[in-house]
Amino acid sequence: MTYIAKPKVSHPSLRKNELGLTKRDYEGAVSTLCAGCGHDSVTAAIIQAVFELNIEPHMMAKMSGIGCSSKTPAYFVSQAHGFNSVHGRMPSVTTGANAANRELTYIGVSGDGDSLSIGVGQFVHAIRRNLNMCYIIENNGVYGLTKGQFSASADIGSKPKKGLANQQEPIDPASTALSLGATYIARSFSGDKEQLVPLIKGALMHRGFALVDVISPCVTFNDHEGSTKSYSHTREFYHHVTNIDYIQPSEEIRASYEAGEAMPVELHGGEVIVLRKVDNQYDPTSRASAFGYLRDRFNAGEITTGLLYVNEHREEMHELMGNVDTPLAKLPYEGLNPGSAGLKQIQARYR
Amino acid sequence: MSNPRPRQAVLAVRGKHVTKVNDVVIKIATVNGTGSASANGLLRKSIFRMGVPVVGKNYFPSNIQGLPTWYEIRVTGDGYSSRADRVDVMVAMNAQTYARDMADVVPGGWLIYDSTWPRSGLLNRDDITIIGIPLSRMCNEHFEGARSRILMKNIAYVGAIVALLDVDLDVVTQLLEETFAAKKHLVDANMEAIRLGYDFARENFPCPLPVRVEKMDKTKGHIVIDGNTAAGLGAMYAGATVGAWYPITPSTSLMDAFRNFCAKYRVDPETGKRTYAIIQAEDELAAIGMVLGASWAGARSFTPTSGPGISLMSEFIGFAYYAEIPAMIYNVQRVGPSTGMPTRTQQCDLISCAYASHGDTRHVLLFPGDPAECFSMSPVGFDLAERLQTPVMMLTDLDIGMNDWMVPELEWDDAYVPDRGKVLGAEELEKIDKFYRYLDVDGDGIPYRTLPGVHPKGAYFTRGSGHTKLGAYTEDSAEYQEVLDRLLVKWETARKLVPEAEIRYSKFNKAAILTIGSGDGACKEALDRLQQQKVGLNYCRVKAFPFTDAVRDFIDKHEVVYVVEQNRDAQLRTLLINDIDADQRKLVPLLHYNGMPLHAGFVVERVLEEIAKGQAA
Repeated sequence: MTYIAKPKVSHPSLRKNELGLTKRDYEGAVSTLCAGCGHDSVTAAIIQAVFELNIEPHMMAKMSGIGCSSKTPAYFVSQAHGFNSVHGRMPSVTTGANAANRELTYIGVSGDGDSLSIGVGQFVHAIRRNLNMCYIIENNGVYGLTKGQFSASADIGSKPKKGLANQQEPIDPASTALSLGATYIARSFSGDKEQLVPLIKGALMHRGFALVDVISPCVTFNDHEGSTKSYSHTREFYHHVTNIDYIQPSEEIRASYEAGEAMPVELHGGEVIVLRKVDNQYDPTSRASAFGYLRDRFNAGEITTGLLYVNEHREEMHELMGNVDTPLAKLPYEGLNPGSAGLKQIQARYR
Repeated sequence: MSNPRPRQAVLAVRGKHVTKVNDVVIKIATVNGTGSASANGLLRKSIFRMGVPVVGKNYFPSNIQGLPTWYEIRVTGDGYSSRADRVDVMVAMNAQTYARDMADVVPGGWLIYDSTWPRSGLLNRDDITIIGIPLSRMCNEHFEGARSRILMKNIAYVGAIVALLDVDLDVVTQLLEETFAAKKHLVDANMEAIRLGYDFARENFPCPLPVRVEKMDKTKGHIVIDGNTAAGLGAMYAGATVGAWYPITPSTSLMDAFRNFCAKYRVDPETGKRTYAIIQAEDELAAIGMVLGASWAGARSFTPTSGPGISLMSEFIGFAYYAEIPAMIYNVQRVGPSTGMPTRTQQCDLISCAYASHGDTRHVLLFPGDPAECFSMSPVGFDLAERLQTPVMMLTDLDIGMNDWMVPELEWDDAYVPDRGKVLGAEELEKIDKFYRYLDVDGDGIPYRTLPGVHPKGAYFTRGSGHTKLGAYTEDSAEYQEVLDRLLVKWETARKLVPEAEIRYSKFNKAAILTIGSGDGACKEALDRLQQQKVGLNYCRVKAFPFTDAVRDFIDKHEVVYVVEQNRDAQLRTLLINDIDADQRKLVPLLHYNGMPLHAGFVVERVLEEIAKGQAA
């Protein structure tokens, strides 16, 4: 029914956020993805997250590359500019846009093909720059639009619908991001909205590169027996290492948390994410232990989810470059060159 | 330190010398990585300061240290701007290339070499004069440390040339004092080296030689600058705030220049914060992606690159054409195909830039003819990119970008206001009912655009997939074609906005030369030489693609047009035929593509050949 225009009516009793907007105001066009696609659940989680964060729709920028996942920015926040770029190149476009206007909230939606195969170079380098953005990978292990080829995140032994099982080592976006110095790394599951929404909220408010790797099953090409990215496999093997609550600055923060169990992390805007550890051994502020833990659990066949790593102390791209606070796109032209008098001085050395 | 008198060198004057004042070509052969560039620059600049026009050409290897490199100084009292096709005085400092350097000298010319080591086996020409100067020995005696001795040897040969060509020693001294204003000991050391060469030459040889330099008044109001520096300066003056790039020869010094100018003029004196962002990308694909992202978000943004970079950027360039995003791309062309010869010059990317990317695309190109135009055309390029909402590529080449050109002083109009094109602001958006991204409201093929973060009504979805004039996704044939056809309307608007060609026309001439970019200097010199032989030709230098109506008229008015360009496949000629349906039978290709800059001798010879062919037929 995707050819039917979405009616723009909302019930008067719908809950409003601080801007007086309802969740309907954060919706987009009707999805054209397959019925039951995990990506549509991620879209719904994004809508809920930005609604609850009271983000002005036009102060967001929705970025993507090519693939099923990259179509989804059309399906949320229609009052925000969207940039559906070329395959694997969303990070560079976002880098440029952010360089020009640092006031916007950047959300990039990508897939495992877009980010881990054709675009792995750009994914890696956006992390190194600590680009201030929320980067969501809707990870399903296959190429959907070209009908079911393995992607680089397919696990060894995972079976396709037809043909031989995958034999190549998968690229794990979370541990890759960890090794490159990403400052907020989360993993979740499209079927676990309770966990996913606060993780996206934290990612949006984090200052720096925030990765949310979401296992998001492809119902058409990778949801069968023997696939390691199916709904049933993910439900069986995924486990929470941390749970988080996202608390806005205006909200009251609970007085105490039981030591070793809960850990508040203050974000730059004054927001707090409270990490509730499921595994007491886990330290999400240590790159080394996070890395070891992820590897061990991966080898045991588990899918570790939650906020895996967070570092609120590293400078983001503009700070690293020493840029003015005013967005570069908004600087008045008058101050940008020394005029004809300056040009005379400059040329002295060429005489 | 011992200072024995150098042994008397014997100067056997050979060949028939011609006395020439302010018309001499000096070529200096050295090994790259030995610091000869600053010595050569000192000599070139000293002659310029004497009021005598100069051309400086650097022929260097794609290497950091140890391979042959040459610097050529053409002293041209007539003020020509291209390289010469001869060498009068060769300074042969590189044993590797000694034999071929000697072979390059014109009969009756001079060869200066370091006589510290015997070269008897190589001194086998009897029609040139060989001048031996024990440069290494003198410098080893006067300076400590290997590095210092190598550097000062370069300065010493400059001293010898100063004496032999009668360059004003006071000018040299003053330049050294300016250069090392803060380091007095360096002035002294350099002057000592100058004097070693200078005194030895004066004591042992009749100075000056029959070819020499004499003060003139022809450089007033001029500067000597390379195109990359001028383009980097132009980008700063145009108000660029985001530059993204991947280092590639020969474009790298453009971003270096932009960075240096910004470091001086784009830093808030109070906070020390920058009003510019330079991002070194992981590759050219990312560099152009960053430019598009920044332009889309409202910043003036650019990337400098060369041919291989254009190949990598092509997918995004097509995206920008179709999604209608401004982008300023500088392509400093080098020799292709593939890696080609990265440190040699060519105009070989005309077609790949004009039609970069898959599908039906065509792009606005600018062709500056020298560094002054690299500067003046930079704001034009940014204006056109934003006015037309499309990529604009400025095509220079290694010759313009990296060589030293004497050009009129750069000028800036303080009344300049950037043309940001059709961008709707918050107030305008507030007033309209609904915004549609790709509507041709004004009939010029240029739609209105909005920037993110300005107003909720301005939101639209930028996509490279098929879209309607309203900006919505489509796979409908008519809706798709409507947008593609409207882009052709925009192309015709571009034709009216791009810089006009330079045209010299006389109704008495039935034939003409048509050229592009760095071909300008050599072609103009060729016109003068041909005129002396009673061959009168008109002249057109195109400055932009699409070609203007004036270019079409120019071709129409002539029986023969010699299209002079620096590539093998006559790419400019192809574009003329393709874009303005020029009569291909009239367009005679004159192609120079060996990697060296074009020179007048080639043009003269080829034009005369073609005329002879025509007469025979």
